[in-house]
Amino acid sequence: MKDFEDREQRTAALKGLGCSRKRVEDARFTQGKGNYIDDVTLPGMLFGDFVRSPHAHARIKSIDTEAAMKVPGVVAVLTAADLEPLGLHWMPTLAGDKQMVLADGKVLFQGQEVAYVVAEDRYAAADGVEAVEVEYEDLEVITDPFKSLESDVVLREDLEAGADGAHGPRRHHNHIFLWEEGDKDATAQAIGEAEVVAEEMVYYHRTHPCPLETCGCVASMDKINGKLTLWGTFQAPHVVRTVASLLSGIEEHNIRVISPDIGGGFGNKVGVYPGYICSIVASIVTGKPVKWVEDRMDNLMSTAFARDYWMKGKIAATKEGKITALDCHVTADHGAFDACADPTKFPAGFFHICTGSYDIPAAYVGVDGVYTNKAPGGVAYRCSFRVTEAAYFIERMIEILAIELGMDAAELRRINFIKPEQFPYTSALGWEYDSGDYHTAWDKALKAVDYDGLRREQAERVEAFRRGETRKLLGIGLTHFTEIVGAGPVKNCDILGMGMFDSCEIRIHPTGSAIARLGTISQGQGHATTFAQILASEVGLPADSITIEEGDTDTAPYGLGTYGSRSTPVAGAATAMAGRKIRAKAQMIAAYLLEVHDDDVEWDVDRFVVKGAPERFKTMKDVAYAAYNQPIPGVEPGLEAVSYYDPPNMTYPFGAYICVMEIDVDTGEWEVRQFYALDDCGTRINPMVIEGQVHGGLTEALAIAMGQEIAYDKIGNVKTGTLMDFFLPTTWETPNYTSDYTETPSPHHPIGAKGVGESPNVGGVPAFSNAVHDAFRAFGLRQSHMPHDHWRIWKTANNLGLHG
Amino acid sequence: MIPGAFEYYRPQSVPEAVSLLGTHGDDARVVAGGHSLIPMMKLRMADVPHLIDLQGLSDLSGISVEDGQVRLGALVTQSEIVSSDALAQAAPILRETAMLIADPQVRNMGTVGGNVANGDPGNDMPALMQCLDAEFDLVGPGGARAVKARDFYIAAYMTEREDDEILTGMRFAVQTGGWAYEKQKRKIGDYATAAAAVQLTKEGGKVATAAIAMTNLSDVPAFSEAAGAALIGTDCDDAAIKAAVDAMQGDIEPSEDNRGPVEFKRHVAGVMLSRAVKRAWSRA
Repeated sequence: MKDFEDREQRTAALKGLGCSRKRVEDARFTQGKGNYIDDVTLPGMLFGDFVRSPHAHARIKSIDTEAAMKVPGVVAVLTAADLEPLGLHWMPTLAGDKQMVLADGKVLFQGQEVAYVVAEDRYAAADGVEAVEVEYEDLEVITDPFKSLESDVVLREDLEAGADGAHGPRRHHNHIFLWEEGDKDATAQAIGEAEVVAEEMVYYHRTHPCPLETCGCVASMDKINGKLTLWGTFQAPHVVRTVASLLSGIEEHNIRVISPDIGGGFGNKVGVYPGYICSIVASIVTGKPVKWVEDRMDNLMSTAFARDYWMKGKIAATKEGKITALDCHVTADHGAFDACADPTKFPAGFFHICTGSYDIPAAYVGVDGVYTNKAPGGVAYRCSFRVTEAAYFIERMIEILAIELGMDAAELRRINFIKPEQFPYTSALGWEYDSGDYHTAWDKALKAVDYDGLRREQAERVEAFRRGETRKLLGIGLTHFTEIVGAGPVKNCDILGMGMFDSCEIRIHPTGSAIARLGTISQGQGHATTFAQILASEVGLPADSITIEEGDTDTAPYGLGTYGSRSTPVAGAATAMAGRKIRAKAQMIAAYLLEVHDDDVEWDVDRFVVKGAPERFKTMKDVAYAAYNQPIPGVEPGLEAVSYYDPPNMTYPFGAYICVMEIDVDTGEWEVRQFYALDDCGTRINPMVIEGQVHGGLTEALAIAMGQEIAYDKIGNVKTGTLMDFFLPTTWETPNYTSDYTETPSPHHPIGAKGVGESPNVGGVPAFSNAVHDAFRAFGLRQSHMPHDHWRIWKTANNLGLHG
Repeated sequence: MIPGAFEYYRPQSVPEAVSLLGTHGDDARVVAGGHSLIPMMKLRMADVPHLIDLQGLSDLSGISVEDGQVRLGALVTQSEIVSSDALAQAAPILRETAMLIADPQVRNMGTVGGNVANGDPGNDMPALMQCLDAEFDLVGPGGARAVKARDFYIAAYMTEREDDEILTGMRFAVQTGGWAYEKQKRKIGDYATAAAAVQLTKEGGKVATAAIAMTNLSDVPAFSEAAGAALIGTDCDDAAIKAAVDAMQGDIEPSEDNRGPVEFKRHVAGVMLSRAVKRAWSRA
């Protein structure tokens, strides 16, 4: 018993896996002492700002920069003509397309970058922008992807007619690709033979990650030593370095990319934007550092949007509700350039996870990418690549099938879940789900909210509504989602040819503290807290004695960055593996110090003990000191390790969410009465950080489902370019959440962790949306489109004849 | 979101401020809390070469309740309205309304004078002042004059205030009876989708007086005399409320925006008014 208590105490002292350790980052963030991109100030620094197109589609007849150059403080005005000799007026996108850095002959979306003004201060830059005169000739604007595929208007005149794109044949001048997965014929046959088929168009509207900190950079070219330093809001600093090298011709060792503190990314800061290129060029031209930081309108109008998927689904089942097939055709609005941030071989990301948590024998997915006069992007907004779209699609189709079958949607899910004994499970669309126990999670969730009681209450409410005693309806939104995160295995996942491994390098210091550097970069996820916990458990040093450093490409090992919930599945695994290398060397040192054979010591929390003689031990701290201070035969001095981890598979976190929502039929106002979120992210590193991630992700999901959108009018004007119209919830709009968990470790991850940061967005959106739909199910609603803002909910009620 | 260059003035007296306005004419604008003008300047939608800050004018501050009259200085902030117990006694509808304006940070800066003077149809105080039958005090080169809130608004951002005049404050009678300000908005910080201000009195179980005005449902605040008249003499039953709502519909002219189409706004206007009347009646 004493040994047990001793071990417990030593384990607790490490603050390792499972500990709700307070976030070490928060001391500076909560005191306003973070160091964000706009805090970076260098001597002689200049400021850049863009002239942006007011038109969605127009020919540029002329650009006159003369007046702008006369504005006091303006140093330079760059246009496409200035960048062309450098070959930088266009840039490659992550999706295999190319994008104008500055408008080359025409503009293709409102807010597009037309000219870049460089000035001695931020005000002069803005004055210069106002003084640039651009003459436009309006062209016909296309904002509808369906019309785009039938239009004679050629949006991308730079692309050769009839030539293949990066992902195969293009069947129309505004078509980007058709990407298919699954067995089309078998799926069609199963649907043809099915007893019940439900068919519906499910639209996931265009929205935007809108991180609190917008995108920006500071480029500083040192002409003396030829080195370029680029500070920026980069979710993948190493990738930016490689791309910057390939584009500029500057050798990669002469480029240093630094991501300082980042105020949220959510996918918005994965891509490369014209502002980065222009700032680099401006610094090279002027020999001075150049800062560019977007304002909120720039960010919402021009940097990467998310979603905009029109998903036409067919789901087939037996009369008893066993699903037999799923078919989905997506019309994907990519905007003016295909700038999706997906692994290169996956132009629709991992959308083919759309069979969700269900055992569906036949499935087919086809995705048509289309150009329109909207901003480019298509990033994974707090989700793995196109996984929220997939989860929303299947969770809506399940609800619609339940209506078609006259079944309870919870029961329909249960009878179709992949069973625990089927894991590892290979889906009809080719994914190998690593582990899961959906039934246990589902039962726990239903019991926690008293699901049967809620349904009784809902039925009573409907009766009371019909009797005229209330004008409020009750919706019960169900979701069981399965994510696919942790991209990914190098054999099939790369970005611009770079395999999606990640890395960790550890140095143990002589006195038993350590620094670990990773290829990822926190944007608020709390890596400095949680990665130290992984390492603490692996090497037996307290997390409080471990510094985590990320974001400086001169010091951190190469990695693919932080997005798609990949940090814990990939870099977290690298951290554990590097820690194990440390321990392997430490074991030899400990055995030498204890004068026994290597195999005669065993690891015990924070020390090596002689087997059978626990009073004889050396702690990791003892070993670290010895590693630097005494000669050990056959062993190099020092205690360091590096691991580059290529994951054998993705991880598949899952969860069961239930939303209970009150809806005012007369005003369209809604109130979330209860939200229960059960997440299974495998091994839990820090429960408090997980809970924080879940709360944040659910709040973004609430925003998306209930009001947040990037909307355009018919001539391509952005209608939601400010936070007045773009819904970003405050504490006032944010409901209380109850979080819960089950723990089904990943069998292939070194510590069994799966990643959690994006699950609540993936599962939250369908839970909120299903609650709205469910409230009106008794009155015949089958499908309505998000976002469910007041007027759209009111319209739904109005269409159903609920306003008398 | 970077404004152009401007000259900044901080006059210490109303005559000095009026004189500055006279000197610079169309090129000058006054600023109090800055919550309408500064964003417009940052967007470069308002070009203001001469910005005259009124915060130095102590005459324009303060809340007084005397002899059955309430006076609000133009520089009184929404927070001061919320925290004034005297005002909560004299005209409790002001606190109820101010609490529905944005968030504490905005309420700490935003002033009642700026709110009513700017002529933004989204602002809440103009309809409220019409409901209370307030008078606005204006001072210009020719001296002082008063204009009734119900006569003040011409069109969006166009009011009876001349370019060289400053709105120094507003006055209205101490209120009796029931009150309510009912507002639907998409989120904190948003303008109203629709809002209704109701102030009524009760005698012998019947409505004796009723004043009704609506926010953000036309290009000006919409005082609806007909809606009030529909309630007078009734016991505020469902039929009377319906009549008031129907009458109000004739006095609004909503336009479509991101908050929704016209038919939705009209519907919500009716719901807001109906709820406001019921609550006011319950307090009468």
